[in-house]
Amino acid sequence: MAIGAAAARRVKEAGPETALFRRRALVGFAIVLACLAILGGRFVVLQVARHAEFHGRSEDNRIKPRALPPSRGLIYDRAGRLLAENIPQYRLELVPEQVGDVDAAIAGLREVVGIDDDELERFEAERRLRRRFESIPVKLQMSEADVARFAVHRWRFPGVEVVPYLTRYYPEGALLAHVIGYVGRIDEEDRQRLESSRYAGTSHVGKTGIERQYEDLLLGTVGFERVETDVRGRALSTLSRVPPKQGRNLYLTLDLELQRAAAAAFDGQPGSAVAIDPRNGEVLAMVSLPGFDPNLFVNGISRRDYAALLAAPYRPLFNRALQGGYEPGSTMKPFIALAGLELGLRRPQDVVFSGGEFRLPGMPQVWRDWKAGGHGRVDLNEAMAQSVNTYFYQLAVDLGVDRLGGYLSQFGFGAPTGIDLGGEIAGVLPSRAWKRAQLATEWYPGETVIAGIGQGYWVVTPIQLASALATLAGGGVRHAPHVLAATQYGIDAAREPVAVAPARASFVKSAANLDAVRVSMEAVMHGPTGTARAFGADAPWRIAGKSGTAQRFTRRDGGEYDETRVAEHLRHRALFVAWAPAEDPRIAVAVVVEHGNSGSRAAAPVARRIIDAWLTANPP
Amino acid sequence: MNATAIRVRTRRWLDRFLARPVLDLPLLAAIVLLCAVGLTVLYSASGGQVGLVLNQSARLALGLTLLLLLSRVPPAILRSWTPWLFAGSLFLLALVPFIGTGRSARLWIDVGPFFLQPAELVKLSLPMMVAWALHDRVLPPGWGALAACAAIIAVPTVLIVAQPDLGTGLLVAASGAFVVFLAGLSWPRIALILGGGAAGAAFIGWPMLHEYQKDRLRMFLDPESDPLGAGWNIIQAEIAVGSGGLFGKGFGMSTQAKLDFLPEHTTDFIFAVFAEEFGLVGVAAVLALYAFIIGRALWIAANARDTWSRLLGGSLALTFFVYVMVNGGMISGLLPVVGVPMPLISYGGTSAVTLLAGFGLLQSIYAHRRLVAT
Repeated sequence: MAIGAAAARRVKEAGPETALFRRRALVGFAIVLACLAILGGRFVVLQVARHAEFHGRSEDNRIKPRALPPSRGLIYDRAGRLLAENIPQYRLELVPEQVGDVDAAIAGLREVVGIDDDELERFEAERRLRRRFESIPVKLQMSEADVARFAVHRWRFPGVEVVPYLTRYYPEGALLAHVIGYVGRIDEEDRQRLESSRYAGTSHVGKTGIERQYEDLLLGTVGFERVETDVRGRALSTLSRVPPKQGRNLYLTLDLELQRAAAAAFDGQPGSAVAIDPRNGEVLAMVSLPGFDPNLFVNGISRRDYAALLAAPYRPLFNRALQGGYEPGSTMKPFIALAGLELGLRRPQDVVFSGGEFRLPGMPQVWRDWKAGGHGRVDLNEAMAQSVNTYFYQLAVDLGVDRLGGYLSQFGFGAPTGIDLGGEIAGVLPSRAWKRAQLATEWYPGETVIAGIGQGYWVVTPIQLASALATLAGGGVRHAPHVLAATQYGIDAAREPVAVAPARASFVKSAANLDAVRVSMEAVMHGPTGTARAFGADAPWRIAGKSGTAQRFTRRDGGEYDETRVAEHLRHRALFVAWAPAEDPRIAVAVVVEHGNSGSRAAAPVARRIIDAWLTANPP
Repeated sequence: MNATAIRVRTRRWLDRFLARPVLDLPLLAAIVLLCAVGLTVLYSASGGQVGLVLNQSARLALGLTLLLLLSRVPPAILRSWTPWLFAGSLFLLALVPFIGTGRSARLWIDVGPFFLQPAELVKLSLPMMVAWALHDRVLPPGWGALAACAAIIAVPTVLIVAQPDLGTGLLVAASGAFVVFLAGLSWPRIALILGGGAAGAAFIGWPMLHEYQKDRLRMFLDPESDPLGAGWNIIQAEIAVGSGGLFGKGFGMSTQAKLDFLPEHTTDFIFAVFAEEFGLVGVAAVLALYAFIIGRALWIAANARDTWSRLLGGSLALTFFVYVMVNGGMISGLLPVVGVPMPLISYGGTSAVTLLAGFGLLQSIYAHRRLVAT
């Protein structure tokens, strides 16, 4: 046996070797089949058990929903003149995945089209937030020269593209900046405020003025399409499409020509004017000077431009019409006069003696008339025409602060007018309650005296003053001032007027009292002693007006308030309120000239030019 | 010679061929069918690039020609060439680090009209050499024979892995190991070698891997940890396969390939495109075809005339399986990403030519099988 075994080891035997091989081959094939079965099982898991999951992921890969931003509504004045439009513009965009070395590409692009540091900073910020294969704007506004230069060098920059888009443009620039406002790129703060689904694909949002107030109307409805895209995000075909709905066009109550005339009437002086149609509360013009170019803000204002605006004299970004708090001074007298008549304390013919000084019994304090020695015996007409302080000191004392404030609040003083523009301040209507709340002290009788001539705690805004004057001119019927007249869906559609809250009935009991105040205000313009007779005498229409000269007062400025400059101007606050034609009022104007010397000399001519511009173009 | 004479002679040749064919027709048919499937998927996966398909057709034609030529050479002659062939391929392989070219690794030698990949030659010469080393020994092999085989396997494998080409190294080593396995190496010794190999791989092999190879292995364990980077290929391949479902999206409808989500979709990942377009039904059919080819090749080896032919044929069959398993496992997320093509389906000429040449050797073994069954 041992010998046999040794022999078997030495001699190759074909039979057993073949059998051994066949056994091994069989084992091998069994293993092969087992492995293939495992492999097949894996395919069953992927293709049957998890098919739904992978089908979904494949579709997500393939199909990208793409937002189609609507085109923003246009803004027109009351006559259909274009105030805000969308113009084609080019921007440069880059997809980092296709570019490769982004920094080198940016360096090259800077040589070709010029990219400033602000843009570079914004680019780097957006680059950190973006998704895979999403393009990032490199330069937002390309001049035609930029586009041409880039076209020449295009071959050097794969993954960089010139993309056409629509951008907001305000053809009137600074003239309407404070009314229309501007749109700007959606920032982080906006993003938290806005409903993101409505803004898919939209890069801009109304930031101030009409653009912000009527954002909902202007925006339109975003559309969507489902596109088949490849791995680089390139759209290959459109699978389905829901078109966007354009935003509504807006027609304002403003008149561009009147606005232009009003701004021109200031001759470069800082100030504000608001003109309202007393019959319906339509704001015909609203000026805050100096203004600024809103187009600077649309695609992100450069740091240099912004610094220049902040440093510019008279703060051009400040909207005086809605936020400028001014002491109304003597422009308050017509309202106080009406309070006296309506509450039965005065008749028009009642006479008061002005001796130049006014005292309260038992008090040492003296309040003066503006004319040394006083005006003598004056009735309502003369008191208004010559702006006799003593008449109104006495009237205010007779009314008392409570009745005075109570009556004047009906004109809307001390509260926002509710105009359809944001940012309006409330102003101050002096009262015991206000003083207790704000200053935590009692009301002193002397404060009633100066309240009678619109000084002391009084704060009004130009829009408030204009609205109150329109109420007076309109016989006590108060229409909420508003700037939106009508909307329109598509340029060929009919204008749809905006519903305005119906005005309440007049709070004035006696038409005779209104007439008396109106006549006294006409005397300001047309009477032999009127303070503004120089600007009323040659008027082709009767004007009812009143001047005011007072200190400026503002409550809502924080750090940007330049105290030294304001102090210099504390002496020079000229106001004027006027409506015309006196007996059939079509326009009521409030004017503040910050740099003026006196209400009658500085502000009256501005008011006159605004009234003339409107009534010449729209004869009564 | 008139037409009748030609017809008679042709008929006579055909009768003789069918009575005792010099080619295994079922195996040849399966291979040709597989090539046809490959070209079809390639047309779709490449997005209809006819040029690419013609290119691949030319290589397959070259491979099939080589197959027919090799099938005419008797195994005894091939066996006698074996040491020279092995030495020559080893010499070229050693030259690669010095005169080689390649995209990411030095794999190719520029020989003028075409590029030669010595590692592909080794895929054939190595199992031939191991079989040669064992063919006149008493089987199962003793320790001495085993040591000789280990040396024959280790030298080229190390050279190839160092190129670096892990996939080819794996295939080459496997082809040698299969010869030893088929030679009847006893099970305890197999267990000993596998255990030692696994330990060696863990403690010596892992530190030697390149960083990208380690990444692939890590990604295999958790592809979603870096879905846009290293895990991308695995995830996109699984999405392609899974979204195919039972019946597939249809020919030419692979969105994963058409939209470029799936990388390497004509080469290593082409079978994912096939699975996406033809579904589980198509996958099952192709896997069955592969199983048939492997089984048929093992059957041919089992009926070979001599030990060398037997061992070589069996090794070629099992190595062919390794291609299928590694590639199929890769695109379905079952195995890590290793650069092994799906045999005869992936685009790429060299491996297809080598594979077809291997089947040429099998056909030679078949044609010169034992005349009388024992």
